Amino acid sequence: MLNKKQKNHNPLSHLDWLEAEAIHILREVAGQCSNPVLLFSGGKDSLCILRLAEKAFRPGRFPFPLMHIDTGHNYQEVIDFRDQRAAELGERLIVRNVEDSMKRGTVVLKTSDEPRNKHQSVTLLEAIEEFGFDCCIGGARRDEEKARAKERIMSFRDEFGQWDPKNQRPELWSLYNARSHKGENIRAFPISNWTEMDVWQYIERENLQLPSIYFAHNRDIIMRGGAMMPANVKLADGEVINQPKAGEIVTNMQVRFRTVGDITCTAPVLSDADNVSKIVLETATTTITERGATRLDDQTSDASMEQRKKEGYF
Amino acid sequence: MTCGSVDDGKSTLIGRLLFDTKTILADTLTQISNTSKKRGMEAVDLSLLTDGLQAEREQGITIDVAYRYFSTGTRKYIIADAPGHEQYTRNMVTAASTANLAIILIDARRGVLTQTRRHSYLAHLVGIQHIVVAVNKMDLMNYDQAVYDKICADYLVFAKEIGLAQARDIRFIPMSALNGDMLVDRLENMPWYTGETLLEMLEDAPAADEEQNAEFRFPVQFVCRPHASADADLHDFRGFMGRIESGDIAVGDAVTVLPNGYQSKVKAIQIGDAQLKSAQTEQSVTILLEDEIDTSRGDMIVKTGSKIEPVKQIEAFVCWLSETPMSPARTYVIRHTTRESKAKIASIAYKVDVNTLEQQPATELKMNDIARINFKLAQPLMVDSYTQNRAIGAFIVIDESTNNTVGAGMIV
Repeated sequence: MLNKKQKNHNPLSHLDWLEAEAIHILREVAGQCSNPVLLFSGGKDSLCILRLAEKAFRPGRFPFPLMHIDTGHNYQEVIDFRDQRAAELGERLIVRNVEDSMKRGTVVLKTSDEPRNKHQSVTLLEAIEEFGFDCCIGGARRDEEKARAKERIMSFRDEFGQWDPKNQRPELWSLYNARSHKGENIRAFPISNWTEMDVWQYIERENLQLPSIYFAHNRDIIMRGGAMMPANVKLADGEVINQPKAGEIVTNMQVRFRTVGDITCTAPVLSDADNVSKIVLETATTTITERGATRLDDQTSDASMEQRKKEGYF
Repeated sequence: MTCGSVDDGKSTLIGRLLFDTKTILADTLTQISNTSKKRGMEAVDLSLLTDGLQAEREQGITIDVAYRYFSTGTRKYIIADAPGHEQYTRNMVTAASTANLAIILIDARRGVLTQTRRHSYLAHLVGIQHIVVAVNKMDLMNYDQAVYDKICADYLVFAKEIGLAQARDIRFIPMSALNGDMLVDRLENMPWYTGETLLEMLEDAPAADEEQNAEFRFPVQFVCRPHASADADLHDFRGFMGRIESGDIAVGDAVTVLPNGYQSKVKAIQIGDAQLKSAQTEQSVTILLEDEIDTSRGDMIVKTGSKIEPVKQIEAFVCWLSETPMSPARTYVIRHTTRESKAKIASIAYKVDVNTLEQQPATELKMNDIARINFKLAQPLMVDSYTQNRAIGAFIVIDESTNNTVGAGMIV
């Protein structure tokens, strides 16, 4: 039968426990790797990681730069937010563009309006080679997607950036093995064990600022492939994408984004949650998964995320 | 964590737990119900929830540890689904290393199998405190109490043999993961069972950190020295960053830094900007000391007077995880806490046959072998025995030629 020992302290709250685990992982990366980088998109998960990095390394500087792989199809307010946040922290931000890979000919689109999310892998691998990074820290979570549920916290990639899900390094206790040879690298996921709800509760507790598109706002929407797509989005260079095709009807709706990614494949959800506590409530009662209604690139087949990860994606 | 043999219904059990605690959202349910139909099944196959890889869905088996999350309102759970296949025992050890409670599944039609014995032994070796023996597929045995009683009795005999029954909290439960009997709801098929449902057992088990009773151990992960900072106040700042692996610490406590043995007192404890008076197990903190002490990653801060000393020889149970056998002629790297040392095998005392639990002589270790080994170390390590302190008694073995994690060690 249960033998309950005398409690001599208060157990950590689940957020405190998750925070402590993530800080431990970030410090292991700093301690074990010689040239790590933190992938930062301006999205909610990577914003949590920035706060965790502050708690892990301040008053020192971060022992890694920040890097964003920009598809060129990101919302201007997210890009502005990304730059502002990096400047506030006083940390170095590297930006590499999928469009430069297209110019180099290493990314070839099948059609001009093909979503560029999966092509980020190419640009990411090029940047890893350019800077000689031996570890990329990312905000992926195991609860997001079924292939991610199988991912290690420190996940090894070979020199082609490939993930081999059937041959992963065993990961025991919290003894992480972030070793790699030259050309190979490690992907480190400090918030692997967080759920979408944990992320929102942490944002609420830490009072983190977010790009405005996470909150309910009015936007022109078209229905495409069963999902709501933002219509007529103007990019920084003036280009307007997601223009309605013949027969598509534009409707103005109140929406917010649950995930932030490439405009062409990230759909918003109907919502009137215009602050973090309303989003926490909405997350608790939703019947749709985080990527389910919102990430068209996950829906092409049962294994699309696994396929992308094998090719070097996060 | 859940473990069991092939087709014992582990994935179904997890799917059912997620389903009955309303963790599965509508779109996921639609997705797996479509896949179930595609395969010609009448009911929704809940095991599809955990089989995340293409090869797993194709073969209908679980290859790698899958992590799933659910919450009951009072608690949050992380489930590690460990595959039952013989060749993937290393994944079971992996899942067990971070688990606080193991659900060992037994197929009511087949009773206690070799794999059940192996899983139980491993759970015991890896130090899981709470074992729930779930006799599953009772629906296929007409929910017969006699079947259940016989399996429980068989299991107890074996559990006593390996010392599991004496050392751990073992509980039994009859269930049908397929129907949902005794998981979250009792249902009406087994009125003769009056014990707790599975979920009640989970809710009652003490959380991991409530059971720590060990001394203060703080392996230094990273040293923060922002001496080049524009802020002059920080020029002398020297923060030792790490996670408290066990015990607690307060400002003013006398501490010793190992392996050098320098002594000082705790000046401050911080998490980010927050100043703490004290901190406890599992907190990631920054510790500042009164004196300027040369300390770096791999050192360990303990309370002065604590019984721990640097050693250059360790004896441990090692589970070999690699397809390349362990060779006694080679030098390996041992990673213990935040410290590494080269290690040579001084002697292999014996190998354990996990099926019969017999001790056998051995000259090398193959994948899934478990042996008691004596290592010689190039650098001293500060160790506790694994049974006293999981975090300070555990290590991994790394093969430097591939950088792979090839062994899991538990210090005797």
